[in-house]
This record gives sequence, C-alpha cells and structure tokens, in this order.
Amino acid sequence: MISVQNVHKSFGDLEVLKGVSLDVQKGEVVSVIGGSGSGKSTLLYCINAIETINSGKILVDDVDVHAKSTNKDKLRQKLGMVFQQWNSFPHMTVLENAALAPRIVKKMSKEEAMEIAKKELEHVGLGDKLDVYPTKMSGGQQQRLAIARALAMKPDYMLLDEVTSALDPELVGEVLDTLRLLAEEGMTMICVTHEMGFARDVSDRVAYFHQGVIAEIGEARQVITDPQNPLTQKFLSKVR
Amino acid sequence: MNSLFTPLSWSDSGLILTGVWNTVIISVVAIVVGTILGLIVGFARSESNKVVNAVFGSLLDVLRSVPLIIQLILFSTFMGAAGSPLAPFVAGSIVLSLYTMAFMAEVFRGGFESVSPSMQTAARSLGMTKWQTIYHIRLPIGLRAVFPSWLGVSLSVIKDSALVSVIGYMELLRTSEQLISRTQQPLEILIGVGIFYFIISYPLSYYGRYVERKMAI
Ligand SMILES: Nc1ncnc2c1ncn2[C@@H]1O[C@H](COP(=O)(O)OP(=O)(O)OP(=O)(O)O)[C@@H](O)[C@H]1O
Ligand SMILES: [Mg+2]
Repeated sequence: MISVQNVHKSFGDLEVLKGVSLDVQKGEVVSVIGGSGSGKSTLLYCINAIETINSGKILVDDVDVHAKSTNKDKLRQKLGMVFQQWNSFPHMTVLENAALAPRIVKKMSKEEAMEIAKKELEHVGLGDKLDVYPTKMSGGQQQRLAIARALAMKPDYMLLDEVTSALDPELVGEVLDTLRLLAEEGMTMICVTHEMGFARDVSDRVAYFHQGVIAEIGEARQVITDPQNPLTQKFLSKVR
Repeated sequence: MNSLFTPLSWSDSGLILTGVWNTVIISVVAIVVGTILGLIVGFARSESNKVVNAVFGSLLDVLRSVPLIIQLILFSTFMGAAGSPLAPFVAGSIVLSLYTMAFMAEVFRGGFESVSPSMQTAARSLGMTKWQTIYHIRLPIGLRAVFPSWLGVSLSVIKDSALVSVIGYMELLRTSEQLISRTQQPLEILIGVGIFYFIISYPLSYYGRYVERKMAI
C-alpha cells in the first residue's frame, strides 16, 4: 500500500503540496486529474523520492520513503515510473533499454535480464522491435518501451505522469490500451492524466487536484460524471 | 663542384622519418593525456557549482586563449630559469597536453550537459544509483554527442604540435626547416611535409568517420 499522509512540499516560497493525503491499496488504480501547476507531478516525484518533502509522511509498504535510513535506490525498484517524455536511452537497442536495470540494479545475469526484458516488451507489443534503436520508433512505441522498461524491474506499483500528453493524438490509443491491460492484470497504479475517458473507465478512484490539495476524491465514474465539488465541476466543464 | 647547399637526397629520409615519428609521438601523448584530463575536468565542471566553475573556467580560458607558441616559450624559459630545465620533448608534451586538455574539457562538459536531467531522472527511477546513471547513461550518451568535436580537437593538436619546434623539439616542421636551409628547396620540402601531415592525420579522421557511421543509429 502507498500511504500519503498530510504531505507539504514547497519549492522556495512556493508551496506546491498543501497537506495531501491519499491511500492507494494493492491492486487499485487511482487517476489524478487537475489543472496545470496544481502539484500532480510533484506528488508522484515525492512518492518516488525524486523530490524531498517538507512535512508529513509517505509510506510504501510501511517503509517511510523520506526517512534518512531508507535506501532510496532500493525503494525505487518497487516503484516503476513513466514520464511524459519517454526518455529512451538512445545508445541502446530496445531490448538493451529494458534489460539494463535488471542487469545492473538487480545484478541478474545477462541472459536472465534479456529474458525478462523480452517478455515485458512482448507484453506491451514490441516483441518485433527488440533489436531496433528507439530513436527509429514512434513516440507511442517509445512510450510503450518506457513502460516495459519499468515493468522489467517487476515493480509492485506504477507511477505514471501524463504518459500520453506528449504524443500525437493518433498514438495515444495504443499507450492507453497498454495501461488498460496492466490495470486488468491487477497492477497498482497512480496515473496522472488528462484523459478523462481513461480515468473514468480504467481507474477505481479519481482524485481531483486543485492548487496543491485534493479537492475531491471518489469512485471514478462518480467523480468524472457527477462531481460534487464546484471546483471539480468547473474543471471538468473546461476540459470537455 | 663545391656548393654551400647540398640537394635533397635519399640520405635525408632518416632525418625526415625522425621528424615524422616525433610529431606522431608528441601528438599521441597530448591527445591521450589531454583526453583523460579533459574528461575529468569536463565532468567536474558539468557537476560543480558556480564558484568552482568560475575559478576553473577562467583557468581554462587562459590556456585556450594565450597562443600556444607563447605558452611553450614561457614554460620552457621558466623551467630553465627555475634551475630545472626540461628536455624539449618533456616541456613540449606538458604544455601541449594541458593546452589540449583545456579544449577537451569544454568539449566533454558540453557533452555531459547535453544529457537531459529528465533522462537521468528516468534512469534513477529504475533504481540505478547516481554512479550507475553516470556510467551507463551520462557518459556514453555525452561522449557520443561530442565525438565529432573530439576528433576536430585531436586533428588540430597534430597541426599545433608543429609549434613545439620553437623550443627545439625535432618534429616534422623543424626537420623540414633544417633541410630547407641546407638545400634551398623549400617548395619540394614543404609540399612533402604537407603530405606527411596529411598521412599522419588521415588514419585518425578515417577512423573517426568509421566510428561516427557506427554510432549514427
Ligand atoms: N523543481 C522545481 N523547482 C521549482 N518549482 C517547481 C519545480 N517543480 C515544479 N515546480 C512548480 O511547482 C508547481 C507544481 O508543479 P507540478 O509539475 O507538480 O504541476 P502539475 O500539476 O504536474 O502540472 P502539469 O499539469 O502542468 O504537469 C508549478 O508551479 C511548478 O512551476
Ligand atoms: Mg505534471
């Protein structure tokens, strides 16, 4: 379980998270929606210990993420993360991209790492691209590579930060389909997204972020189709 | 017939080859040492804060903007005056290596800085440590990005090595000057020397193009 407890986070004078609490159970998919600058990405970065927090607490499987004694590199192995920019490693083939972390972080043998990487690449539909260099692929393919690369570490959770926002519209579908597949397989996910249809159909719950707080959270269909908070209503009427 | 000048002959080839060899050897030393030091300094510069960079940066600026010929003369004169004169090869190697380092450092710094922070964050998010990220991501991507510039610096070092003749190192240019003053055949000799410089540089630029083609993925 991921447990975010009253987290405050500032960049200098700018308070970006103003007391955020959120529990995500194993197997649950939570979508996070909200306006630009409301702190959605920052929340994911704090969960993954890429950013520090000022106060509050974040627990991942009862481990305090921001405690001094916590091994952050070890912790991140549990938390797969995919970003808006796919960040393929351009000097490696698709297979090498996905096999790198299992090999050097988990110290697997080359064969073992390749085996796992290959399986995850097939999983996301890139089984025929193993020896291709990622720069030769479309954004959608590279984003699926990023997903497979994260999955190859066998994470318990996936944190996804607007993974379709930088894609051409015609490529969004293939990536969302991949995420839908993961959700069906029971992967625990926190998805920051602007795809309201995806949030409604794929996630269990939706959280609406407004200026650093969760203004509304509830069952996915309810939040998207029948929001209770006037702020959520206003936001949804604008993005639709 | 006795003349003050003796024409070029086959017996001069030994002298010429010594010149060629000396040019090659001092160039290789400067490129290798300059590359290694440049990597370290360039990396440090891409990592460190503004203060360190300001100090370091102006030092490199001096090395890069004072003409090499002046650096050579000053350094070897200084060492002589300080009571520990160095052999021309040693003094030349030190100055040329540092001069090369100054250019390489900026080349490598640019390469390391070209690797986006988000690429490194992505690597860290996979559980890679800071040093794993540097070794497996930042170094290889950064080096590839600057390979053509590295090649350019290396090729100009070969040409710049001609200046080490001013402190008495018998490299290609100096041997040719000696031959010219003896034979009074400047045209033939300078053309020949030019060809030798080309022959020395060619393997490097050929290899460079080969590597670039391999990397153009
Ligand atoms: N490293 C940083 N340093 C300073 N300010 C930052 C930093 N990262 C984010 N911010 C600021 O924090 C605020 C929240 O940023 P965040 O990226 O979390 O928003 P977001 O909800 O993800 O927005 P978007 O939908 O545009 O991605 C913004 O005002 C942003 O400018
Ligand atoms: Mg964001």
